[in-house]
Amino acid sequence: MKLDWVALSVFIALFIFITGLGFFAARWRRGDLDQLHEWGLGGRRFGTLIIWFLIGGDLYTAYTFIAVPAVLYGAGALGFFAVPYTVMIYPLLYIVFPRLWSVAHKHGYVTSADFVRGRFGNRWLALAVAATGILATMPYIALQLVGMQVVIGAMGVETSGFMGDLPLIIAFVILAAFTYSSGLRAPAMIAVVKDTLIYLTVFAIIIAVPMHLGGIGAIFNAVPKAKLLLATPPDGSWGALSAYGSLALGSACALFLYPHSITGILSSSSGRVVRRNAAMLPAYSMLLGLLALVGFMAIAVGVSAMPELADGFKRYGNNFSVPALILAMFPSWFVGIAFAAIAIGALVPAAIMSIATANTYTRNIYREFINPGCTDAQESKMAKLVSLVIKGGALVFIFFVPLQYALWLQLLGGVWIIQTMPSVILGLYTRFFHGWALFIGWLTGFSVGSYLAWANNFAPVYPVHVFGTTFPCYIAILTLLLNIAVSVVLSVVFNALGDRGKDATVPSDYY
Amino acid sequence: MSDNHDDHKPVTPVLWARLLLLLPFVALLWVSSYNRIEPTLAGFPFFYWYQLLWIAIGALTIGLVYKMER
Repeated sequence: MKLDWVALSVFIALFIFITGLGFFAARWRRGDLDQLHEWGLGGRRFGTLIIWFLIGGDLYTAYTFIAVPAVLYGAGALGFFAVPYTVMIYPLLYIVFPRLWSVAHKHGYVTSADFVRGRFGNRWLALAVAATGILATMPYIALQLVGMQVVIGAMGVETSGFMGDLPLIIAFVILAAFTYSSGLRAPAMIAVVKDTLIYLTVFAIIIAVPMHLGGIGAIFNAVPKAKLLLATPPDGSWGALSAYGSLALGSACALFLYPHSITGILSSSSGRVVRRNAAMLPAYSMLLGLLALVGFMAIAVGVSAMPELADGFKRYGNNFSVPALILAMFPSWFVGIAFAAIAIGALVPAAIMSIATANTYTRNIYREFINPGCTDAQESKMAKLVSLVIKGGALVFIFFVPLQYALWLQLLGGVWIIQTMPSVILGLYTRFFHGWALFIGWLTGFSVGSYLAWANNFAPVYPVHVFGTTFPCYIAILTLLLNIAVSVVLSVVFNALGDRGKDATVPSDYY
Repeated sequence: MSDNHDDHKPVTPVLWARLLLLLPFVALLWVSSYNRIEPTLAGFPFFYWYQLLWIAIGALTIGLVYKMER
């Protein structure tokens, strides 16, 4: 591919701009960054609009914007499960998470494991929740780099060999530096720019491409019939239908359990800010839904037959479909803007994810098990350092581990993180559960889920046979049910035996 | 949209309104009800416009519940 100087210049200019913004953010709503909740939660001071940009930038990542259309491009309708998924998350956000916000605000909790520690008085359960969060987030950070790599490569920059890795390394050093110095304030501020660019890009695409092709109908007409709908299930099976539904539901249950989602929620200035956002954030789902259709637009425009794009598809596979469509349809200067939007869209979640995992490590492993007597300043310092280590780890991961493993690990991440649901979400409503029962439930779900995923060749959907009917079901949902069953039964037993552990919270903490 | 200082007052849940929040789950998990092409809308097959429509319905429902519980 030829180096596109115009696109690259626009891209670099925007990158320099957000770098400056990232460092400037330290002064914004200035707080004492030697306190973990100031560095890692922005002082819990973000109002409705900032939270809208922050959580929007956090949940709808560059990887999503590249990968979801890629699935539609390659496999068709199944990839659209991202839409029901991102509809179902918001009733959950509205009902459940203001409760977490209020109890966290009252007791100074920074992570979900903090809450579990206080609620169930069991540090090993809290450790399980913390470790699951860190483990599930690492491959997610690595995948953000994939999004960046694709757009950098699409501008004609060589992305193989050491020189090819250099742009990513530079981007991550910048990211690491401003995260270290500004904490959560940096991605919050950059998210505003990123989302403005993303909205601009998507609107340009959904106006220009249908005009070029002669209407929306022309796009769908160009898509092969088999890709347009879910395959009709064979006799005796729910086929793609139960796969689609369970993927949407399982992903929705898992999403807000990730440390980076919790960080976004806890940085809000009140529970009402969270509630308002549950009604406002679906604007991003609409964006994602329209962007998903870019996969079909890429089919309709015929990008796969364009010789100048063949090299990109060879290197990045279907993940190249969105960049390919942008290259095929827009002038260079706009390509620069669109690609910068995607690349910055990788930095924002990567920053929040690394902050969230750093918070978790520091609070729930370092302070709990390694240095219980640490001062607030030491705690904050440790979190800053850990955020660097985590980003370094993600870089190493993406350079030395085949991409396939990152994808597998991210799938496993969803199966793993959902196992913290009984402790975190059900724990917000009831103290019925016993800490050790939850621990064993978690362990069961975690190990059975990992085994099923492995035995299933890392395909997310496992065929369950019940009374002669086959229900292909997302492994996360299956193992969550198992986890809950184990937790309930063992809670009855353990509670009957006595000692229930100390609950540091009182009912009025939850509202 | 401005954030008021009564933001910290506990909300009183309105139960019947909260039941509305179940609607998107029922509609979207009933996959066979929308896995079809017809009727199309402005060129979108049913499968696509119907699910996109639920994004808006979901948001409006949450907005309504928020108003009810203020």
